[in-house]
Amino acid sequence: MERVILHSDCNSFYASVECLYHPEIRNKPVAVGGEPEHRHGIILTKNGIAKKYGVKTGEPLWKAKQKCPDLVIIPPNYPLYQRFSEMARKIYLEYTDKVEPFGIDESWLDVTGSAKIYGDGEKIAREINRRVKEELGITVSVGVSWNKIFAKFGSDYKKPDAVTVITKENYKEIIWPQPVEDLLYVGPATKRKLNGIGIHTIGELAAIKPEYLRAKFGKWGDVLHDFSNGLDITPVAEYDSTRAVKSIGNSTTTIRDLKTEEDVKMVLFVLAESVGRRMREQGFKGRELSVAVRDNELCTIAKQCKFEKFTNISSEIAEKAFWLFRKFYSWYRPIRSIGISVSDFAHDNIPTQTDLFCDERQRIRMERLDSAVDVLKRRFGNYCVQRASLLKEPTLTRFNPKDENTIHPIGYF
Amino acid sequence: MSVYKKYVDMIVRYYPDGTIRPMAVWWEEGKLYEIDRILDVRPAASLKAGGAGIRYTCRIQGHETYIWLEDNRWFVEAKGKPRSQEVS
Repeated sequence: MERVILHSDCNSFYASVECLYHPEIRNKPVAVGGEPEHRHGIILTKNGIAKKYGVKTGEPLWKAKQKCPDLVIIPPNYPLYQRFSEMARKIYLEYTDKVEPFGIDESWLDVTGSAKIYGDGEKIAREINRRVKEELGITVSVGVSWNKIFAKFGSDYKKPDAVTVITKENYKEIIWPQPVEDLLYVGPATKRKLNGIGIHTIGELAAIKPEYLRAKFGKWGDVLHDFSNGLDITPVAEYDSTRAVKSIGNSTTTIRDLKTEEDVKMVLFVLAESVGRRMREQGFKGRELSVAVRDNELCTIAKQCKFEKFTNISSEIAEKAFWLFRKFYSWYRPIRSIGISVSDFAHDNIPTQTDLFCDERQRIRMERLDSAVDVLKRRFGNYCVQRASLLKEPTLTRFNPKDENTIHPIGYF
Repeated sequence: MSVYKKYVDMIVRYYPDGTIRPMAVWWEEGKLYEIDRILDVRPAASLKAGGAGIRYTCRIQGHETYIWLEDNRWFVEAKGKPRSQEVS
């Protein structure tokens, strides 16, 4: 049986919620952006009017102001957006239990089994669109298709406040003429490679033999082939409000650009301590590490590597992160923000296979040290014990990622 | 006529099963308006006042009016200009 999958996307989510709460600015160009004094001064979302002025997500506030001097900039209010996100999800859950959030403002819904009760995909999509408008006062774009990739494409195709149905009859006309970068997971790097071999549209990509793509992109080649031909069969996950934690990470935009390895090392230690502490609190050890770096031109690179053993030792995480960073970052530009995240979890009482080349006693001592520091920090505050290396530049390292929580988007795989 | 969001002082009854029913609205000092009948309850947004929550359609002295429960505060779409202490 053919699946019926919806992808619902709240249009300019943060800006729409702010416009709802501030009726007086509804007809003005509005953007939600971080506090400039913390250097988080970038546009997070903008409304349709600001878009007409060419304001772009991710650009610094001063640049946006240059393009649009009347721009109203509002600092983000995450608890409010979280509440709206939950309200929207509650509506989705009335139609199916298969609701898979993708970030705070998007969700996939598998309504295959609901057709008999609520009508076909398009009918459900229109009803969701109407209800969100009435009950939340914001608009959503909904894509309807038989796979997640085309449903997502559909919700991006027409915005705001629209429903797009992509069927096996019309996908060749709607999707195939579009540029490859409109396909989920074709980022700037993949786009460059594809353009380099003469592939510019999704249709051209779909026509290439999978063997050829595999030779060029490895296992991603098959994924690209499936995505562009509508063959993706990834299921929509069942909604679980107490979803298992898959990774723990922290990132920060530092108060000044990082220019040397010494700077990076200090910041990585702060992040690793927070990540390690959170993992220990929740009883996890992890085996995979990812480091993401954003330079001052806002280009992001992320790399992953594995630990030899499951760990939650702060210094092991920090040292591995620094090792990975040195391996991939070549300092073509100073760094604006940096983040690390640990995944591939096991319970923290998992038995460890020791080996001849590792001093296991030393590791146990490190674990004890970490738990002693955790107790101190819990009782006397985050800054009561610090590494001496962090005191070289206290202004750079005095931030507390553990308690200044942030919202992260979720990956597809 | 401009409309603004006015948080109001409410008298609400809690039933043993957890449902709640707004009974009356305190409007400024000393004016208590009893809610004669609740005509409709649904989640809804208020575009005029700027907010979203559970909307109660109430009949008060023959007039139909909306009262919202947003998180744990109640508000109405009030006509006129907000007085300075009402701006929150």
